[in-house]
Amino acid sequence: MKIGVLALQGDFSEHISMLKKIGVDAVEVRLPKHLDDLDGLIIPGGESTTIGKLSVAYDLMAPLKQFGKSHAIWGTCAGAIFLSKNANSEQPLLGLMDIKVQRNAFGRQVDSFETDLEIDELMKATGTEHPYHAIFIRAPLIESVHGKARILSALEDGRIVAAQEGRLLATSFHPELTNDTRFHEYFISLAS
Amino acid sequence: METKTGTWIEKKGLAQMLKGGVIMDVVNAEQAKIAEEAGACAVMALERVPADIRADGGVARMSDPDMILKIMEAVSIPVMAKCRIGHFVEAQILESLGVDYIDESEVLTPADEEHHILKHNFKVPFVCGCRNIGEALRRIGEGAAMIRTKGEAGTGDVVEAVRHARSVMGSIRQLQTMGDEELMTFAKNNGAPYELVKEVKQLGRMPVVNFAAGGVATPADAALMMQLGVDGVFVGSGIFKSGDPAKRAAAIVKSVTFYQDASVLAEVSRNLGEAMVGRNVSQMPEGEKMAGRGW
Repeated sequence: MKIGVLALQGDFSEHISMLKKIGVDAVEVRLPKHLDDLDGLIIPGGESTTIGKLSVAYDLMAPLKQFGKSHAIWGTCAGAIFLSKNANSEQPLLGLMDIKVQRNAFGRQVDSFETDLEIDELMKATGTEHPYHAIFIRAPLIESVHGKARILSALEDGRIVAAQEGRLLATSFHPELTNDTRFHEYFISLAS
Repeated sequence: METKTGTWIEKKGLAQMLKGGVIMDVVNAEQAKIAEEAGACAVMALERVPADIRADGGVARMSDPDMILKIMEAVSIPVMAKCRIGHFVEAQILESLGVDYIDESEVLTPADEEHHILKHNFKVPFVCGCRNIGEALRRIGEGAAMIRTKGEAGTGDVVEAVRHARSVMGSIRQLQTMGDEELMTFAKNNGAPYELVKEVKQLGRMPVVNFAAGGVATPADAALMMQLGVDGVFVGSGIFKSGDPAKRAAAIVKSVTFYQDASVLAEVSRNLGEAMVGRNVSQMPEGEKMAGRGW
């Protein structure tokens, strides 16, 4: 099992540390050739405009879209925006997931928050019962899911913060900033 | 469980999202858009870039809130703004505007020559400058959730940023080889909080994200700082005081992502036009240097 982490900008080293913690081989991806022989890819948190522009500049858009047709990809925060079909803004998107996202939906940094989420599927998959503590930073919201995409988790008021479409995963929050490895384990199960 | 805002993990976390990126000084909405278009991961809103602050002289203060708000409206990336060292009311004003990060900066004229702001009192995160590990850990002790080298702002001379980054990184390496019984003396000699010294030894890195700043003017300068071990780069006067800001900004963004790839660095360094006119720090009178501000 070898997972790549898109390392154009953002907290890619935090994802790599989490993957190593659960015994998974992890490598940095900056160019199309780095996608060869990977079992899955994580697109980290960061600035989605920066990640998008660098992906265009280094001809990663088509290879990433192609990779996502046959492999697992997980986007956290900026990565979730980048995976979406519609982000209500003019910026490069992979359009792999049939979700509509709203950037900076919760306000500015002073409104960034942490909270507990009950994510049934995650608990079932990892055989655990305690809630998932989620860190939201200038987070996007998943406004709506379409087609084959489905809701994985929502806040108490119903706003969607995690979605899945086959082997593609999008979370508004940052599992890589916690010590809880369950989301990374869940993603590995999708990549297997 | 209740929802919490303004926590330490939230403050540190935003800086983690900026890693591997370039934060650019901008003085108006138009420049902010150019920076965002070039791939900046955040912008620093200020009335005058450090090179102009140097040229103009006088007291440099927090920028006009109106100008900061216009920049916040113009871009979707995080917006930072500077307050004077020790000027906690300027910081309160910036927090109320909703800026995403405050830089308690030596580039502005200090308001307090003995004390920095107690940054734990704020919900908004702070970044502070440092010249060495003691200064970095004192600022973190006060609540800074991100650190940058001071360098020597507004000069286009990278020598001081290199000096400060080497000092910090060298101290981190030194701590790795020290016995636990030596840490209190290290804390005393460096004027650093003991608990944070222990944490740096254990982590093998700064407990918060650590950027370079002060004198970065070219893609090669930015990659140099990255190879020395910083997490990302601030570029102040270096972009909008150069001949072709949009092109230079995009080139520096690429140089930070591909800092280990000399062929990419060579490609992005081609035909960038005039770099900012530099000032040689070694020939500057002591009184003109900004890095000595703060303690």
